[in-house]
Amino acid sequence: MHRKKAPVIKDAVEFNLQLKPYEYFELDNGVPVYTIDAGTQEVIQLELVFYAGNWFEKDRSVAAATNFMLKNGTSNRTAFQLNEQFEYYGAYCSRSCFNETAVINLSTLNKHLHELLSMVEDMITDSIFPEEELAIYKQNSKQRLKVSLQKSDFVAARLIDASLYGIHHPYGTYTHAEDIDALQTEQLKTFFNQYYLQGHCVIFVSGKIPAGLQVLLNKHFGNHSMRKPSFAVEPISVQPLTEKRSRVQNDPDGVQGSIRIARPFPNRHHPDFMKAMVLNTLFGGYFGSRLMSNIREDKGYTYGIHSYVQNHLQQSAWMISTEAGKDVIEASIEEIYKEMKLLREELVGEEELSLVRNYLMGTILGDLDGPFQIMGRWKNIVLNQLNSDYFYDTIKTIKTISAEELRELAKTYLVEKEFYELVVV
Amino acid sequence: MIQFERFVLANGLRVLVHEDKSTPMAVVNVLYDVGARDEDPAKTGFAHLFEHLMFGGSINIPVYDEPLQQAGGENNAYTTNDLTNYYCQLPAENIETAFWLESDRMLSLAFSKKSLEVQRKVVCEEFKEHYINKPYGDVWHKMRTLAYTTHPYRWMTIGASLSHVEEATLEDVKAFFFKHYTPCNAILVVAGNITTDQIKALAEKWFAPIPAGEKYDRNLPVEPRQTESRSMEVTANVPLDALYKCWHIYPRTDMRYYVADLITEILSGGGSSRLFQKLVKEQQLFSNIECYHLGSTDAGLLTIEGKLVKGIKMDAAEKAVNEVLKELIDHGITVRELEKVKNKTESMIAFEDMSVMSRAASLAMYELLGDAELINIELQRYQAVTAQQLQDECRIIFDEHNCNTLYYHSNNN
Repeated sequence: MHRKKAPVIKDAVEFNLQLKPYEYFELDNGVPVYTIDAGTQEVIQLELVFYAGNWFEKDRSVAAATNFMLKNGTSNRTAFQLNEQFEYYGAYCSRSCFNETAVINLSTLNKHLHELLSMVEDMITDSIFPEEELAIYKQNSKQRLKVSLQKSDFVAARLIDASLYGIHHPYGTYTHAEDIDALQTEQLKTFFNQYYLQGHCVIFVSGKIPAGLQVLLNKHFGNHSMRKPSFAVEPISVQPLTEKRSRVQNDPDGVQGSIRIARPFPNRHHPDFMKAMVLNTLFGGYFGSRLMSNIREDKGYTYGIHSYVQNHLQQSAWMISTEAGKDVIEASIEEIYKEMKLLREELVGEEELSLVRNYLMGTILGDLDGPFQIMGRWKNIVLNQLNSDYFYDTIKTIKTISAEELRELAKTYLVEKEFYELVVV
Repeated sequence: MIQFERFVLANGLRVLVHEDKSTPMAVVNVLYDVGARDEDPAKTGFAHLFEHLMFGGSINIPVYDEPLQQAGGENNAYTTNDLTNYYCQLPAENIETAFWLESDRMLSLAFSKKSLEVQRKVVCEEFKEHYINKPYGDVWHKMRTLAYTTHPYRWMTIGASLSHVEEATLEDVKAFFFKHYTPCNAILVVAGNITTDQIKALAEKWFAPIPAGEKYDRNLPVEPRQTESRSMEVTANVPLDALYKCWHIYPRTDMRYYVADLITEILSGGGSSRLFQKLVKEQQLFSNIECYHLGSTDAGLLTIEGKLVKGIKMDAAEKAVNEVLKELIDHGITVRELEKVKNKTESMIAFEDMSVMSRAASLAMYELLGDAELINIELQRYQAVTAQQLQDECRIIFDEHNCNTLYYHSNNN
């Protein structure tokens, strides 16, 4: 037995990765439905995606409040009744508000789908936004905000986005207590009417798909006035800050600094995007990355350091994020720039590049395990309006990108002076 | 129904195999029967620090992560007060890589000085990030010392103090390894696109040659029954007043554990639960309130915690919580409420079981509790709970002599 010698492996790059294709149909009102039938468990997930994110709000926080309040009362059901019935069937009905879109997500055992769809229908077509429910929402949101504002990571996340996009852009704006105070039920009703009731919607269903799903969805969602989206939004221009460096004192008792270093980056349609995903992995995208190896595993300055490209549809940013001990903040930042410089100046070795390729292929393979995950990939492709070969092009990029291309990319993008640099203690 | 095979190697390593041909992946899960409860009170946080060191190179393999990533794999680990669990997922064709890596670090670590020095710092930053640099971050540190006088659940997994982590020596590390990281104190679960025969052969090849080591005889001090209520007051730089109440419940293998678990669902398992509906929605005393327990192996704590609405007095808030509990004790629950929490449990199990990684971890955990077959009878145990049992247990658990209360005051009121 040779314990020093690694067993022979099949190179993950040789794996033949397949993304199971979706089925597609449209409801009578044109609303598109994408389905993935897979999995072993009798479970199903239904996501209704509306173009009702904060992109469309005139006053701050209206989109998020409207989305949240969908579960707080309809003409036929009180907030308590809605919650009680979802919970009685052991189902989860969550809602989330993003920039362009706002989502209602229902996850349930198949056997209860029928009963639950009528409740979801009720929420998205007949929500009434009761005054007393809004008052409770406002009070509790403000309290939650107050707690969050004491956390340096929360404050840093807001401020770096504001620097990158400007506070008037949907990606850069953030909630103030006064915005919550100013919310009125009339605003929510108007927003609901325009962006849900008369809005643009697309539906994703994954899991064990029952027979007759199309008829069922048509019955609940097909004769309402929502329509098929164009998948595009009116552009809003960004107004980035000119000052790139800032240090903020937030908590006098803070023992760590939240470091955020970020630069603007194009969206998924840009020819460099897929390649940059590989460079990002190498730089700070996995446990063995340059940033982790140096700043955590060699220096012990932090519990974790990561780089990533923000998941935005229109334009994005390349971000480095870490929480580091107060006495090693500046040293950590220095090392981050050093790692950028290394990537600009030196070619990545064959061994490390092969490691990154294999790691990425393995995680994609693992990530395709299960219907919800497969749909997650498709949803990304649909909402970003990418070509259906996007998945396979990504794989090809991972397999073929060269060390020279990675260095060129680093020269283009990992340039110190292009980065915003923020520390919040 | 989750099918699995079980066998034991001559050195005492228990092996469970769960085949699932629907995935291209395999999961290798190694659970060590050691957690923070097994630590010396003067050297707490050690089990968790040790978990970090398990990635710092083993006797024959200088680094753990790289060969695994080269094989297309990913891994992680966690430590609780009860156990330490390591898991990796990789393409099933490459499963032998995981056997090679896991068996070598069970055989022996490299005990690198540099790794210890760096990981001490990393864990200190983890300590700061999660328990110091966050409002209310020290609550569990305080609550554990209030609720436990004797049992080692008195301290948190991360450790009772930063200094314990900072003072760890290489000698401590070695002693800990040879005491706990042995085949007879471990459980190996392999799940995914594999066969039992294949796993038997691989386990014989890689794990059977490791010396059995000594079976660790756990002999923990028993927490005496609490006979009078305890409380503690804290004032700190936090934005809102918060109330925390804990009651002692039952060990994980006790049938009353399932009753206690459903009580937490009745009280706070969602928007229609009692505490939320009464205290957040109707009376508006709390901006959020939760009830939960940590599922610990030895007798744990059932906790209610909430943040008070600005302007509400602590005693008024506490009184209202007690009234909700009293109503439960006096009048019990409705048939529909009981059905609701059982349905919810059923669907929670179904969603958890979707992931092969989660099935593997559950099998290991149930085997540790005494029988992996528990994975298939848990749901029946929940379904067997009656409304009467639930009411009776509420009376016993929510007895004020069994209660620990932490009043966490904001200094900017």
